[in-house]
Amino acid sequence: MDIRSAAIDLGLISPEIIILASAMVVLLLGTVLKSRGLMAFLSLLGLVVGLVLVLQQWSQPQSGYYGMVLKDNFSVFFSVVFIMTAIITLLMARDYLIAKHIDRHEFYTLLMFSTVGMMLMAGSTDLVVIFLGLEIMSVPLYVMAGMNKIDPKSNESGIKYFMIGAFASSFLVFGIALLYGASGTTDLRRIMADFSFLKMQSELLLYSGALLVMTGFAFKVAAVPFHMWVPDVYEGAPTPVTGFFSVGPKAAGFAALLRICVYGFSGMAELTAVFWLLAVLTMVVGNVLAIFQNNIKRMLAYSSIAHAGYILVALTAGGEGAVSSAVYYLLAYMFFNLGGFTIVTIIDSRTGSNSQIDEIKGLAGRHPYLASLLALFMFALAGFPPTAGFMGKFYIFSEAVRNGFVWLTVIAVMNSLVSVFYYLRVVVAAFFGKPDQEFSPVSFSPALFIALLVTAVGTLALGCFPGYWLELSQMSMFPII
Amino acid sequence: MEHFNTFFPIFFLFVFAAILAGVFLLLSVLFGRKTKTAAKGDPYESGMKPIGTTRERFPVRFYLVAILFIIFDIEVVFLYPWAVIYDKLGMFGFMEMLVFVVILLVGYFYVLGKGALKWD
Amino acid sequence: MNHSLYLIILLPLLGFLLNGLLLGRLKKGFVSFIACASVGLSFVWGVKVFFELLAMPEGARAIQETLFTWIPAGQFQVDFSLLFDPLSSVMVLVVAGVSFIIHIYSIGYMHDDPGFGRYFTYLNLFVFAMLTLVLADNYLLMFVGWEGVGLCSYLLIGFWFEKKSASDAGKKAFIVNRIGDFGFLIGLFIIFWQVGSLNYADVFARAPEVFAVGGGVITAATLLLFLGATGKSAQIPLFVWLPDAMEGPTPVSALIHAATMVTAGVYMIARSNVLFMMAPTTLAVVAIVGLATALMAATIALAQNDIKRVLAYSTISQLGYMFAACGVAAFAAGIFHLMTHAFFKALLFLGSGSVIHAMAGQQDMRYMGGLKKQQPATFVTFFIATLAIAGIPGFSGFFSKDEILWKSFSSDFGSPILWAVGLFTAILTAFYMFRLVYLTFYGEGRMDNHTKAHLHESPKVMTVPLMVLAVLSVIGGYVGIPHVLGGSNRFEQFLHPVMTGLHGGADTSEHVLTSAGHSAGTELTLMIGSVVLILIAIYMAYYLYLKNIDLAGRIRNNLSGVHALLHGKYFVDEIYGALIIRPLINGSLFLWKIIDVFVIDGIANGLASIVGDISTGVRPVQTGTMRTYATMILAGAVVLIGYFIIR
Repeated sequence: MDIRSAAIDLGLISPEIIILASAMVVLLLGTVLKSRGLMAFLSLLGLVVGLVLVLQQWSQPQSGYYGMVLKDNFSVFFSVVFIMTAIITLLMARDYLIAKHIDRHEFYTLLMFSTVGMMLMAGSTDLVVIFLGLEIMSVPLYVMAGMNKIDPKSNESGIKYFMIGAFASSFLVFGIALLYGASGTTDLRRIMADFSFLKMQSELLLYSGALLVMTGFAFKVAAVPFHMWVPDVYEGAPTPVTGFFSVGPKAAGFAALLRICVYGFSGMAELTAVFWLLAVLTMVVGNVLAIFQNNIKRMLAYSSIAHAGYILVALTAGGEGAVSSAVYYLLAYMFFNLGGFTIVTIIDSRTGSNSQIDEIKGLAGRHPYLASLLALFMFALAGFPPTAGFMGKFYIFSEAVRNGFVWLTVIAVMNSLVSVFYYLRVVVAAFFGKPDQEFSPVSFSPALFIALLVTAVGTLALGCFPGYWLELSQMSMFPII
Repeated sequence: MEHFNTFFPIFFLFVFAAILAGVFLLLSVLFGRKTKTAAKGDPYESGMKPIGTTRERFPVRFYLVAILFIIFDIEVVFLYPWAVIYDKLGMFGFMEMLVFVVILLVGYFYVLGKGALKWD
Repeated sequence: MNHSLYLIILLPLLGFLLNGLLLGRLKKGFVSFIACASVGLSFVWGVKVFFELLAMPEGARAIQETLFTWIPAGQFQVDFSLLFDPLSSVMVLVVAGVSFIIHIYSIGYMHDDPGFGRYFTYLNLFVFAMLTLVLADNYLLMFVGWEGVGLCSYLLIGFWFEKKSASDAGKKAFIVNRIGDFGFLIGLFIIFWQVGSLNYADVFARAPEVFAVGGGVITAATLLLFLGATGKSAQIPLFVWLPDAMEGPTPVSALIHAATMVTAGVYMIARSNVLFMMAPTTLAVVAIVGLATALMAATIALAQNDIKRVLAYSTISQLGYMFAACGVAAFAAGIFHLMTHAFFKALLFLGSGSVIHAMAGQQDMRYMGGLKKQQPATFVTFFIATLAIAGIPGFSGFFSKDEILWKSFSSDFGSPILWAVGLFTAILTAFYMFRLVYLTFYGEGRMDNHTKAHLHESPKVMTVPLMVLAVLSVIGGYVGIPHVLGGSNRFEQFLHPVMTGLHGGADTSEHVLTSAGHSAGTELTLMIGSVVLILIAIYMAYYLYLKNIDLAGRIRNNLSGVHALLHGKYFVDEIYGALIIRPLINGSLFLWKIIDVFVIDGIANGLASIVGDISTGVRPVQTGTMRTYATMILAGAVVLIGYFIIR
């Protein structure tokens, strides 16, 4: 056996290496140097270089490490989403961290570690590597959730996420073990090739394994009934971290779900029923419970559950069009959800903030532009044209209808109707609410400005000129599995 | 049969460990001094009192060191299989392991830098 | 030939962007200049293209312009493209023209408002969205405009958001409209599902192959589209938002909630005439709902005292007329009435705005009276509009209203009953409008002395638009003089090529939908009869509200039950509150308080107690909850796998 075969290709994982290396540099330097601004800058640099390297890999599918690492358009697309999420999170986090006295360099390190984990998750067809990626992603998340050590809520959030996350991971590992038992391999491509044979031979083992794997990822994307940790964790975690949670791990979870369950187990028609049920439950529970939240982070937590439901609609529909609509939706969701969280972060940075919706009252009077952007993001979340939210929903729903899931679409449309209520509530509070006392102004830095600019432009660009982006998401279908 | 041949050393190790443990226990039963106190009768829980309120305060330093030890201990285990086939891996394997050790060292220096190993 | 259609929608958009981005940095004069000029130029361009359209041969009058491919998705492709055909040309001219007039008027009306810049920004955005709606060449782009005008309507109703009633009204309008939009969207999905395209040309061309006439699918699709129209155009059952929308500034009421946006539903149905003609059941529903709305709103208007509310209900009633016209397949008559109504109703609202301006914000007619002397220009123009809406011969409303009444009598889809209801509504309309005029402009002034001393005519910038609209209210009807009066109904002919549903696309000869079997004599008799009845109604209003005002009070007291019912607007709001909103809130509360608190937390607590962990107060609830989370995950996985095992 010659280890030095062509299978080892450092260029293949250069983005991951760069990001990991800068994470470690920041980790070490941070113990010596006091300047946290420098740490943030180095991290940003690492992420941007990583982004550039990832973009180089577009449209040149290649695999290495004995098929364990795969850089097709699908993984490149998702890697871009993850890195962008990390960058925007970093930009929005800085002022918040300073305001809350938790400006630690570990934050940046953990953010990058987690990003690398996600990239590995999206960039492999081997269940073991996907699992490794999941854990590399998750462990930093647990720490980040509990980062505000003096805040009991943050502690609670971290511990809960950790415990439940570990619990859910065990389902995933168990599922992978069963699949291995059924097929003798952890490579999805081989499982897929032999699917009909394996199904005859050991159907129960195969299906149980597949469903357990699905449970594990359903936890990560916060599908009902695996969602119950979400509100508690989102509420307690520092606000920028919550923003990161609501996009990054969710997108990673969906990347894995798409790769494994929609594509890998495409021979398993029965999964459609499961997805159908999950989608309906997730949408209904997420939207209905979001109505009653007074805490904006909790509200956005339920909202993110609901959005997972919409994406599950696309997964139910199956087929290339539906998958590309899901991918498109995730891209759109990244922009407007992070945009919303950026504004919540800005408002939360004020001292004495409790993330209540009432605290937004009077925003429009003091910061009209900020309030308009908030309205833009809320309208996008609710799915109004001409925002990305509308086009995303439109693609998903029309794909669902085309594949004959009319009732599912009706339920989904009704749900998005319900969602208008609670998103509008935020807008109404910002524009029409009378604050109890004078709205204390928020501070505003160039980093925040860039974060808002990127998210707002993305939200509008995907909403007004969806053609180009949709083409991108169609190109990121799997050329190799 | 060939399975048996392959796994025989492991089986042997298993039996040998069992015998060794048995012998040590036997020796201490035969020759040890027997003092029966309440603390000695408790089940062993890594230094924690097994029964009592969960709201108890306890010094965290011990656990920190213990956890760090376990982490580095487990990582070092990876060095053994590498050492066994070092010849076959050659320069490439050496560089790989170097990277691995550097990553470990980053963690180690971070721990040092944070002062996690200072007892006071 | 390049017509540069896009300029029509681009100009208001530029106005919006300029004013919006430089909000608060520009002088008022400059803001209003940008806003008015952009809309004015847009109108001028519309007129230019309109004449180019007229120069084309009759059968080929359609200008289509694709700006860019908007959404390519496999076989599904939507272009951002515009269509300027006779139907949209009428809409463009009406929308841009009336908007321009109202923009000018607003300079005077909003002059002292601190939100001056914001107001014009929204208004320009509205014009942009509305023009997009009418110029779209596919349903999706139309939907974009549809949502856009809804958004602007919401923003402008809640313009004075410091007032809770205003922001509530905005929310109500928005939410009620969402119900309609939901129907509209589902309708579009059905069309797309069946036809595979949302382009007007494709849909209308393929509809006869895809749908069976009177079939379930097309009926469902058109009913859903109609549901969308009832939301936007304030018809039963979704009309409740429009009266509340009067919380917005009066020019907004004139522009959005009388002349343009609310007629979008009528435009949509006229545009989809091919589809609606294939669903006779839907047509019947449209006609009945339209007339029922017209009648109901007219009766409510009898008992309102707020000048703007009377006009609001009058708008609902007139919109009902337009739908009735569509329901009897007289789409051209509906659009005709849409146009004349835009003129005289905008005038009525602007006139009432002038009155309210003079009365320092007072809107209750019981405290008005005698304003004829102080506001001559307002009075004369208002009176002309009243004559037009009442249907006095010679004024625009007469021609369009009579056209609708005649069509509802003579069309293949009409019936004498529809006609009778329509006529009764027309009589009521004349009555309540003259009641309004008499209470406001005639008799003794009933306002307090302070207000009385400050009564004044509005400035030129407000009265000149009134006069322009007054002229339009008179002459607007002469484009559609019916045959029986010696005209040739050029308006209907002009729209004829668009109404492919009526003649199968090929035949462009006029009057296919003739009044076969009905002689000109019948038409003339009915016309004269209705005019006489309307005159009697006007006299009754004169008698009751000017000459013998005590009698009106006595009648009110004798019929106190009826009056309470009408004054309370049939208590529709309350009924909706009790039947829909309350249960919804209760249902959600149930989910929250019972399911979430009792069942979910209950399981948590229950588990905790089973394990025997009840000892230490509140905190174990947290641990218990985490256990529940894990339990739920486990239960979910078990159910999933269990389903596959016992399947």
